[in-house]
Amino acid sequence: MRLRNVWNLGIKELRGLWRDPAMLLLIVYAFSLSIYTESKAMPESLSNAAIAVVDEDRSTLSERIVSAFTPPYFGTPRLISTTEMDRRMDEGLDTFALDIPPDFQRDLLAGRHPAIQLNVDATRMSQAFTGSGYVQQIVSAEVQEFLAGHREDTALPVELALRARYNPALDAGWFGAINSVIDAVTMLSIILTGAALIREKEHGTVEHLLVMPVTAAEIMLSKIWSMGLVVLLASSFAITVVVQMALQVPVAGSVPLFIAAAALMLFATTSMGIFLATVAGSMPQFGLLLMLVLFPLQVLSGGMTPRESMPDIIQAVMSLAPNTHFVILSQGILFRGAGLGVVWPQLLALALIGAVLFWLALRQFRRFLA
Amino acid sequence: MTALPDPPPVAEIAGVSLRYRKVVALDGVSLAIPAGRMVGLIGPDGVGKSSLLSLIAGARVIQQGRIRVLGGDMADAHHRAQICPRIAYMPQGLGRNLYPTLSVAENLDFFGRLFGHGPAERARRIDALLAATGMSPFRDRPAAKLSGGMKQKLGLCCALIHDPDLLILDEPTTGVDPLSRRQFWELIARIRRDRPGMSVITATAYMEEAAGFDWLVAMDAGRVLATGSPAELLARTGAEDLDRAFIALLPDSERRGHEPVSIPPRRAEDGETAIEARHLTMRFGDFTAVDNVSFRIDKGEIFGFLGSNGCGKTTTMKMLTGLLEPSEGTARLFGAELDPSDMAVRHRVGFMSQSFSLYSELTVRQNLDLHARLFGMEAGQVTDRVGQMIERFGLAGVADELPDALPLGIRQRLSLAVAMIHGPEILILDEPTSGVDPVARDAFWRILGELSRHDGVTIFVSTHFMNEAELCDRISLMHAGRVLVSDTAEAIKRAKGAATLDDAFVAYLQEAIGDEPPPVPLADAPEAPAAPGGWFSLRRMLSYSRLESLQLRRDPIRLTLALVGSLILMFVIGYGINMDVEDLSFAVLDRDQTTTSRDYVLDIAGSRYFTETEPLADYEQMDARMRTGQLALAVEIPPGFARDLARGSPVQVGAWIDGANPTRAETVQGYVQGMHADWIMRKTREAHGDQAVQGDFELVTRFRYNPDVKSLVAMVPAVIPLLLLLIPAVLTTLSVVREKELGSIINFYVTPVTRLEFLIGKQLPYVALAMLNFALMTAFAVFAFRVPFTGSLTAFTLAALLYVGATTAMGLLISSFMRSQAAALFATVLLTMIPGAQYSGLLDPVSSLQGVGRAIGEVYPTTHFIIASRGAFSKGLGFDDLGMAFAALAAAIPVILGLSALLLRKQAK
Repeated sequence: MRLRNVWNLGIKELRGLWRDPAMLLLIVYAFSLSIYTESKAMPESLSNAAIAVVDEDRSTLSERIVSAFTPPYFGTPRLISTTEMDRRMDEGLDTFALDIPPDFQRDLLAGRHPAIQLNVDATRMSQAFTGSGYVQQIVSAEVQEFLAGHREDTALPVELALRARYNPALDAGWFGAINSVIDAVTMLSIILTGAALIREKEHGTVEHLLVMPVTAAEIMLSKIWSMGLVVLLASSFAITVVVQMALQVPVAGSVPLFIAAAALMLFATTSMGIFLATVAGSMPQFGLLLMLVLFPLQVLSGGMTPRESMPDIIQAVMSLAPNTHFVILSQGILFRGAGLGVVWPQLLALALIGAVLFWLALRQFRRFLA
Repeated sequence: MTALPDPPPVAEIAGVSLRYRKVVALDGVSLAIPAGRMVGLIGPDGVGKSSLLSLIAGARVIQQGRIRVLGGDMADAHHRAQICPRIAYMPQGLGRNLYPTLSVAENLDFFGRLFGHGPAERARRIDALLAATGMSPFRDRPAAKLSGGMKQKLGLCCALIHDPDLLILDEPTTGVDPLSRRQFWELIARIRRDRPGMSVITATAYMEEAAGFDWLVAMDAGRVLATGSPAELLARTGAEDLDRAFIALLPDSERRGHEPVSIPPRRAEDGETAIEARHLTMRFGDFTAVDNVSFRIDKGEIFGFLGSNGCGKTTTMKMLTGLLEPSEGTARLFGAELDPSDMAVRHRVGFMSQSFSLYSELTVRQNLDLHARLFGMEAGQVTDRVGQMIERFGLAGVADELPDALPLGIRQRLSLAVAMIHGPEILILDEPTSGVDPVARDAFWRILGELSRHDGVTIFVSTHFMNEAELCDRISLMHAGRVLVSDTAEAIKRAKGAATLDDAFVAYLQEAIGDEPPPVPLADAPEAPAAPGGWFSLRRMLSYSRLESLQLRRDPIRLTLALVGSLILMFVIGYGINMDVEDLSFAVLDRDQTTTSRDYVLDIAGSRYFTETEPLADYEQMDARMRTGQLALAVEIPPGFARDLARGSPVQVGAWIDGANPTRAETVQGYVQGMHADWIMRKTREAHGDQAVQGDFELVTRFRYNPDVKSLVAMVPAVIPLLLLLIPAVLTTLSVVREKELGSIINFYVTPVTRLEFLIGKQLPYVALAMLNFALMTAFAVFAFRVPFTGSLTAFTLAALLYVGATTAMGLLISSFMRSQAAALFATVLLTMIPGAQYSGLLDPVSSLQGVGRAIGEVYPTTHFIIASRGAFSKGLGFDDLGMAFAALAAAIPVILGLSALLLRKQAK
C-alpha cells in the first residue's frame, strides 16, 4: 500500500468528475435546490388537513364546532350532505369527515350523552392518528365553552403545559432538511463510486491499471477518498449554507462534529457503492440494484417515519445500515446539541459497518478484477 | 465496368468546416464525389476522414458549409428522412453498431425490420447475405463472440440489407487480419458487380487497399490534398507506391525528415532470455483460446506476432503480463516464473493494450503525469520525464487536449508514451499501430528500433501490417490459438516460395483452414424496398421493441432483480412503515410525591404508548437524558400538586417533548393531551359525581378502509406505485443512454427510424415487464400479505398500464438529454425517488404539502396512481370513481413522450 498511489489515483478521479458537467450540475442541484424544496414542502405533521362536516343539527353549537376548524391544522371545513360523505372520502378528497347528528345540542344539554361520528381515512396514516386527536380536542373545547354558559364550572383547574424541545414549533421542515441532506449523501456517494467503477470496467481502463504497480486496495481507497471528499464538501455546503442560512434551521450542536461523522458515513457508503458495482455486472444491473438498495435506506432508516414504530425485525435489519446510525446521530448533534460523549456509540457503529463493507468490497473487487 | 457518361456526383461538399470544441476536424472542405465508383478517403488519422463520412451519412449535424447527397441538402431533415433508406453507413470500430448479445441472424433481422421488410423478405435477404459472405454457419452465434473479421462482415451485411445506393464504410478493415481483409474486399467487389449503380465511399488506413480503388481523396489536417485515380496520384508525385505518393503530397513542414525506416540488424548477443512461454494454454469454458504455445524471446529482440483477430494473440500477451492466469503452462520473464502480485516485475514491463484504455477524462499531459506518478517517479522527475515523452512522441500540440477529441493515431502514440514512461526493459505492445497513418507508423517504428538497438529493450509486438512484420527480428504466425510458424520474415517467405510476406501468410492460413467454401453470388438484385411508411411505422417501432426484449431476455439477472427484488421491497417497506408510535420512553420528575401525583403518572405509564423509565431527580438530568435521545417525553409535576388540586387553585403540569423528530413529537403531544383530558374527567367524576359531567358527549372515531390501522394495508397499495416508478424508469433511461455511451445509437441516427418509433419501441418491452411486475406484486399483496382487495381489478389494471406508460416515459425523458450512464442514473434517482417518496402522498397527503413540492406532487403521476391504488385496494372503487386519476395518468403519457421526442437528437452534435 503506497499512499502516493492512492493520492494520485484519487486526483485522477476528481479530474474525471470535473469533466462531467451533467454530473456536477446534478450534484449542485441535489445539495441545494432539492433540499430546499423538500424541506419547504414538508407540512407540519398536521397541516391543512382536508376535513368535511355533515351538519345535521344546524344548531348554535354545531355551527361553533364547524367554525372552530381553522388553518394551519385544518383546511376550511366543507359542509357536505350525508350522501356526499362516502363519495368524497372514496375519492380521497377528505381525510376527515365529522358527522354531527340531528338534535345534538338538545341531547347534550339534556344529558343524553349524544355521539358525534368522526370518519377517518385510515390509509393516510400520517394524519389519521394526530388528526383525530386534534379533532377530539377541538370539539371538546367548543362543547366545554358552550356549556360554560349553561352549567356551573366544576372542571379541575389543572393545566398541561406542553413544550417541545429542540424544535419548539415542531416545524417538520427542520427535520426534513437534515434528512434530505442524508439522502443526498447516500445516493451520491454510492452512485459516484459504483457507477464510475462500472464505467471503467466497460471502457477497459481497470484492466489497464492492473499492469501497473498498483494494488486493488489502492484503487479502492483512491475512489473512496476522492468521491467521499466531493460528497463531504457538498454536504458541508448543504448544512451551513442551505440548511442554516437559507432554511434558517437553528443548529444546536457542533457542525465540525457532524462533518466528521459524515466522513465516517461516507467511508461506509462509498465502500457500499464499490461493493454493489462489483456485484452487478453491467450498468443496467447496477441501476436496478441501486434502486433496490437506496429505497429502503431512505424510507426505513428513521428519517421518514420514527424508528421506534417499526417492527422489531425491521429495526434489527436496519441497524446494519449506516444510514440508521447516521440519522440518529445527526438528530442528536444538530438538534439536541449532543457531543461526542453522547453519539460515540453511533460513530463506533458507523466505523464498524464501514470496515465490514470495505472488507467485503475489497474481497469482491479483487475477484472482480481477476 | 461501364462508366456512365458523367453521372451527377453522389455527394457534393462545399465549404464544410467542423470543430470539436477547440479542435478543428474539417477546414473548409469542398469536394464532388463521383457516383457509381469506389471512392477511397486516404490520409493519416485525425485528418477528418471519419467526420466527413459521418456528415455525408447524415449522422452528424453540419456546423458550417453545405452538403448535398443523392440530389438533396443534408441539412434538411425532410430530405434526410427521404434518402436515409438509400444510404448505408458502417461506422469505425469493430462491430460498433452491432448488438453484442444478439446473434448474427438477430442483428440482421433487426436492421431488416428497421427498413420495413416483411418476414419473408427478411428471411430471403438474410439467407442470401449470409451465404454470400460465408457467414451461414455462424448465424446463431452472438455478435460478441465473433472475430474482428467476422464482425466486420456482419456489419457489412447489416449495411447491405436494404440495398443502399450509397455505401459508406469507415475504415472497415482496420484491425482485421490479411486473409479476412482480402475476403472483405472480394466481397465488396462481388456486390458491386451485382449492383453496378452503387456508390461506395470508404476510408482506409491501408494504402495497398487504396491502390485498388477507382478514385481517391487524399486528406491532411482537415483539408483535401489531392483527388484523382491512384494512377493519377502516382503520376503527379512520381512515386512508386501510394505510401510514398501520400508522403510526397504532404506539405513540407510535415514531410521534413521523413525517410523510410530501417532497423539495423541485431548484433549477436549472449542470448539471454527475456520472455519465455512454455506450453501456454488458455481455456474459457470449452473454448480453447490459446493452445500449447511456446516461444522464447531474447533480450533486446523485436519479436512480432501476426494473426487474425481472435486467434489468441491478445490472450497470449495477457498471460505474459500476468493479467490472465494460464490454464496450463508457464510464462517466464527475466528467467523467473511470472508472479502477478510482484510489483517489482510491473516496473520492468510496459504494456499497451489493444483497445485504447487510457482515461478519456484526463488530458494527454495529465494521463502521462498520472502514470509517471503511479510508477513511483519522484515529483521533481515527473515533469521532466513527461516533457521528454511529449517531445519524443510528438504530442506537444495536443498536450492539453482530451484523448476523445484526438484521432486514433495520436491516441495510440499517447498509449505508447504511457507504456514507456517508466523506462521498462520489456515492452509488450498489442497492435500498437492499428489505424495509424504511414508517417506516424514509420516514426513509431523508428522509436522501437532505437529502443531495441540502443537501450536493449525487448519488444514483443503484435501487428497486422506486413511491412512492420518485416522490421521484426523474428515473427510468429498464429491462427486459432496455435502458432503456425515462428522464424525470420525471410525464412517464412522462402518456405512458402512467396514473393511477399502477405502472400506467405495467406498461404499458411489457407493451409490451416482448408479450402474456403466457394462464394455464392448474391441473389438476383432484389427490388428496392417499399418507400418508408411516413412518419410512423409500426414495423420499425417493433424492431426496437424486439431488440430490447431480446437483450432483456439475455440478461436473466436483470429480470430476476426487477421481479424478485421488488417483491421483497414491497414487503419490507409495507411492513416497516408504521405511523402508530408505541413504546415511547418517558420519565417523570415528580416534585410532589403524593398519591395524586402518582395516580397522574400511572395513567401515562399504564398506556400502551409509553414505557416508564427511571424517574428524574432534577432538570439537569432531564437535559442530559433527553439529549441522548433516550427520552421522548418528560413530565414534571410541581410541588404541592395534590394540595393545590384539593384547594381548587390552578396548577400546571409540565410536559417536555423531544421535538427533534416532529412527526413523533406530534403523536406524543396528541397522546399526552388525550390522557390529561381523560384524567381530569375521571377526577371530576370522582369528586362531583356524574352530575358534574353533564353535557358529556362521545366522539366515535371510525378508522375507515383500514379499521385496524394496519400499516401493511395502508402502505402496500402505496409502495406498489413507487416500485412501478423507480424500476421501470431506471431501466428505460439506461437502455437509451447505454446506446449513446457504447455507440450503437448511430443506428438510430442513420436509419429511417423516427424519434417516436425509437422511443416507444424501446419503451414497450419495459411496459410489459412492469405489468408483469405489477401482476406479481398485486397477487402477492392479496394472497401472501392478505391485503384486502375491494375494488375493480380491471380498473386497477388499466390504471397501472397507464401509469407504467408514464413512468417508463419518464426514464426516456431523462435519457434524452443525458450522455453518460452514471449521470443518467443519478438524475433518475433524484427525479424519481424524491418526488415519489416525498411529494406523492405516500405519507403526507399532497393536499397538505406546500410550495414547489406541492406543485410537483399535484402533477406527478405517482400521486394519481397512489389514489387509484388505495382506492382499488381499500375503498372498493372502480372505473366511475377513478375518473380523475385516469384522466391525469392518460394525459401524462403524451406529454412526457412528446417532450422526450423533442429533446432527443436525431443526429450527433
